[in-house]
Amino acid sequence: MTDNRLDGNAAGGALREVFAVDLTAATGQCSNCSQRLALAESRLYTHAPGLVGRCPGCDAVLFRLVRGPGRAWLDLRGVTCLQFALPGAT
Amino acid sequence: MSVIGIVSPGFSGRRRGGAPDLPPGQYLTEDFPVLSAGPTPHVPKESWNLTVTTETGAAHHWDWAGLTALPTERFTVDLHCVTKWSKLATAWEGISLDTLLAGVETSAEYALAHSYGGYTTNLPLEDLLDGQAWIAVRYDGEDLTPEHGGPARLLVPHLYLWKSAKWVSAIRLLNEDHPGFWESVGYHNYGDPWREQRYWGD
Ligand SMILES: [Zn+2]
Repeated sequence: MTDNRLDGNAAGGALREVFAVDLTAATGQCSNCSQRLALAESRLYTHAPGLVGRCPGCDAVLFRLVRGPGRAWLDLRGVTCLQFALPGAT
Repeated sequence: MSVIGIVSPGFSGRRRGGAPDLPPGQYLTEDFPVLSAGPTPHVPKESWNLTVTTETGAAHHWDWAGLTALPTERFTVDLHCVTKWSKLATAWEGISLDTLLAGVETSAEYALAHSYGGYTTNLPLEDLLDGQAWIAVRYDGEDLTPEHGGPARLLVPHLYLWKSAKWVSAIRLLNEDHPGFWESVGYHNYGDPWREQRYWGD
């Protein structure tokens, strides 16, 4: 049995295209209540050690973003399947 | 403008009386900033509950009357927030975790604190013991307001303040470490301000 697989680096181009877009316009689904929403519609808490985006429907955490010197961490476990528009691409 | 002989203890980084410096990278503040990762839970004392579960699944419960019937301590501690402010000599009243856990049989090494509203934070159980941690119920002579974690919050002042879970609802004692809300997204697993353990790898 051989797996038809590549090194993860081969995803670099596709991931670069996605992570260069404006994430606030991306739509996803709340993992808790299944509401679909754009990330820009989330309730953002900023008086905290990081940014916390919560679902406007159920207050569940959608994403957490922590910014340190020279590093950042993004946890999106509260959102499933983000949909992006790719400007200029077909 | 001439400024002669004015040395702010905060600016010099030295506390009056030759006490130790502030932890590295911290500045002094006089007010008490409110940090929150979500909506502020308003939990009435009548429905408030604290649960401690052990690694065997044994559960211990305290309602408000049960908690406040335990011996209460007054203590004055310095607070260090990872967002870089420090507030010195804050006065609290609360129940020592040594008192709370005196009747709890456990050989767990780790604790995971849970809050009303869903927040979590993890720390070694030994950091909750030996006079290092309290369930705080009063601040500065007043009942603890919801903004500061009332009716009751965990207070572990020797670690960065995110470890001092506001609105504490449960403490799970575990055999394995389980990173909490901030510890799982870049913040240091232990968070010692004197070693400036802010982020992963610090
Ligand atoms: Zn939701």
